[in-house]
Amino acid sequence: MTAPVALSATTAQELTTTRFTAPGIKCAGCIAKIERELPKLDGIESARVNFSSKRVAIEHDQEMGEAALTQALEQLGFEAQAVEENPLGTDDKERTQLVRALGVAGFGMMNIMLLSVSIWSGAEGATRELFHWLSALIALPVIAYSGRPFFASALMALRHGRTNMDVPISIGVILATALSLYETATGGVHAYFESAVMLLFFLLAGRALDAVMRDKTRAGIGALLGRMGKSAQIVSEDGSTRIIAAAELEPGMIALVAAGEALAADGEVIEGSSAIDNSMLTGESTPEAVTKGDAVLAGAINLLAPMRVRLTATAQDTAIADIARLMDEAGQSRSSYVRIADRASRAYAPAVHSLAALAFVGWMIAGAGPHQSLVIAIAVLIITCPCAMGLAVPTAQVVASGALLKRGLLVKDGSALERLAECDTALMDKTGTLTIGEPVPQVSGLSEAQQSVALALAQASSHPLSKGLASKLRSAGVEPALVIAIAETSGEGMRGIWEGAAVTLGRPAASEDRAQPTGLASELTIGDQAHVITYDDPIRSDTGQTLEALQTLGMDTAIVSGDRSAAVEAVASTLGIKGYGDASPKDKLDLLGKLKSEGRQPLMVGDGLNDGPALAAAHASIAPGTASDASKQAADAVFLGERLMPVALAIKVARSTMRVVRQNFAFSIGYNVLAVPLALFGYVTPLIAAIAMSISSLVVVANSLRLNGAAK
Amino acid sequence: MTSLIFLIPIALGMGALGLMAFFWAMKSGQYEDMDGAAARILIDDEGDEV
Repeated sequence: MTAPVALSATTAQELTTTRFTAPGIKCAGCIAKIERELPKLDGIESARVNFSSKRVAIEHDQEMGEAALTQALEQLGFEAQAVEENPLGTDDKERTQLVRALGVAGFGMMNIMLLSVSIWSGAEGATRELFHWLSALIALPVIAYSGRPFFASALMALRHGRTNMDVPISIGVILATALSLYETATGGVHAYFESAVMLLFFLLAGRALDAVMRDKTRAGIGALLGRMGKSAQIVSEDGSTRIIAAAELEPGMIALVAAGEALAADGEVIEGSSAIDNSMLTGESTPEAVTKGDAVLAGAINLLAPMRVRLTATAQDTAIADIARLMDEAGQSRSSYVRIADRASRAYAPAVHSLAALAFVGWMIAGAGPHQSLVIAIAVLIITCPCAMGLAVPTAQVVASGALLKRGLLVKDGSALERLAECDTALMDKTGTLTIGEPVPQVSGLSEAQQSVALALAQASSHPLSKGLASKLRSAGVEPALVIAIAETSGEGMRGIWEGAAVTLGRPAASEDRAQPTGLASELTIGDQAHVITYDDPIRSDTGQTLEALQTLGMDTAIVSGDRSAAVEAVASTLGIKGYGDASPKDKLDLLGKLKSEGRQPLMVGDGLNDGPALAAAHASIAPGTASDASKQAADAVFLGERLMPVALAIKVARSTMRVVRQNFAFSIGYNVLAVPLALFGYVTPLIAAIAMSISSLVVVANSLRLNGAAK
Repeated sequence: MTSLIFLIPIALGMGALGLMAFFWAMKSGQYEDMDGAAARILIDDEGDEV
């Protein structure tokens, strides 16, 4: 959104902006294509792509609906979905605040350093005093502003009777500032303003990196999320319709559900017949035919024709809300997980604080006087302040998640990486996880002309099978044929005319000389020639390699699926692992509970909403990008594409990340062991503190950067 | 010593200017789409389309 947008004055009032996510934007060519081609259409003024978050902002006439814009994007070859104005706004705010604080700390650090360098190189008397006062003048507002994230978090922890990494940091910074102020006021030799500000700068750098990484992956996952029915068109008694938000719907209301719309509440069809896509609930993309009297659930998408639905359960009573509650409960155990940085600081903070206290008492006994004893105690606090420790964890995790992102795995946060590293057992769902989860059409039997006719018909339809067919053909480089008079008949399929011949694409007709094909199929006819296209859901091509890789990492693997036991066992035995079939969401939870009570840390990989509770309850979890929205939100990581390998890669990289984190900790502690005696015996001047702090931080950052190659 | 009266405010002013430029860049969304900026350099100018 950086470039100025051309606006013609005459149409300015009628323009409105709609945002879409388009996960298919992959290169500069895609940006150019969208930004150049869309404005050529009537009604579209301009389009702007945000490549990082895979979003497109389209400025268009108000008369143009979302559906028309989505179709325009689809014709350029991008699947797109309209999104809310700014669903990630709150997360953005945290990052913006951290980066601002970092900028202020950087400004303060540079200027104070400028003054400090002259003091170190021998400024004396009035000059030194002036410089100390100037440093104080800069440092106080900078510390007050940039230190806020730490002070607030430390206060929160102390209020709950806990301690975290921010407690020793806050105490160190506040004491160092207070002592420096006292020194400045009494004309003392040493002031530690630059150390205090530098400490904040390095720590903020770690925090800001952490926030940027989280935002990046969240934006990636946000781009994958579909649209829940957030409102419904309600038909009132006099026949007029009005839009009501999902939370305000009540049972008994009659909703009009247009084709392509998602249901906002559970209900019963009272008029019309259509097919619905329940993939949000089940992860299963096969459409289900519904007609008068059938029950439909919130989150299902109406595919073919408009229908009227009498609502039976709304808001918190819907089936989807029930599963969400089950997931919430299952996720409780995970929220009690303590991150490694906090575990380290729980041991570290008391040690440092008692060491500083000891130094004070020791020097008092030795007869150094309260002032000098205090100076030495604070020098101990500053030199041991966990500057390198504050960077040890975030830098390693940021580099690792960046490397994983390049390989198609979005890890939600650092805690997820820590838990992934601890997993020793993997449970996999079958449909949609080990298999691709979408019906893949077999198009190799079609001639070129047939393929291009099929594409022309399929891309005009919203039926999931047609969508699958269209994307498969498009990715094979097929150009759509010029088919005219395309029309869609609900329940039958697409019709059109190509080079004078009638062409259709639809459900295969059962005839006497040919048995109805088993499984999913559609039939393409050109003139009187018919060709059946079958669909299957193949196992991901690298499943075997992935399982092998998991085994070399020392993980036990098993399949646990809601599918029939026989089908699960067939797959399990070809892959040479254990399989549990007929598993309900509750069974999956029980299995996880059993593994946990045996002292194991299970990893759950699954996609459907029926896997949701298990994904939330497992020690760590991964979902494919095609999973239901709820599962993607419950999982710690989401992998994209048709390969399963990112799952094994995630475990491998998570483990090397933890190795690097431990090295970083070992280095920080080793450095403290060397530096603390210097501080204890009163040799640490502000100069030494500043040098020691920078070097230890740089070493930690450099060590973390080694993870860049970890995902290869 | 007298030169400090000029030099220190100049140094601080330049730092503050940099800080303000940074805040402006953040506010106007320069950091919203870092990957996009990297990719956009590869796009040919409009007009000479292939």
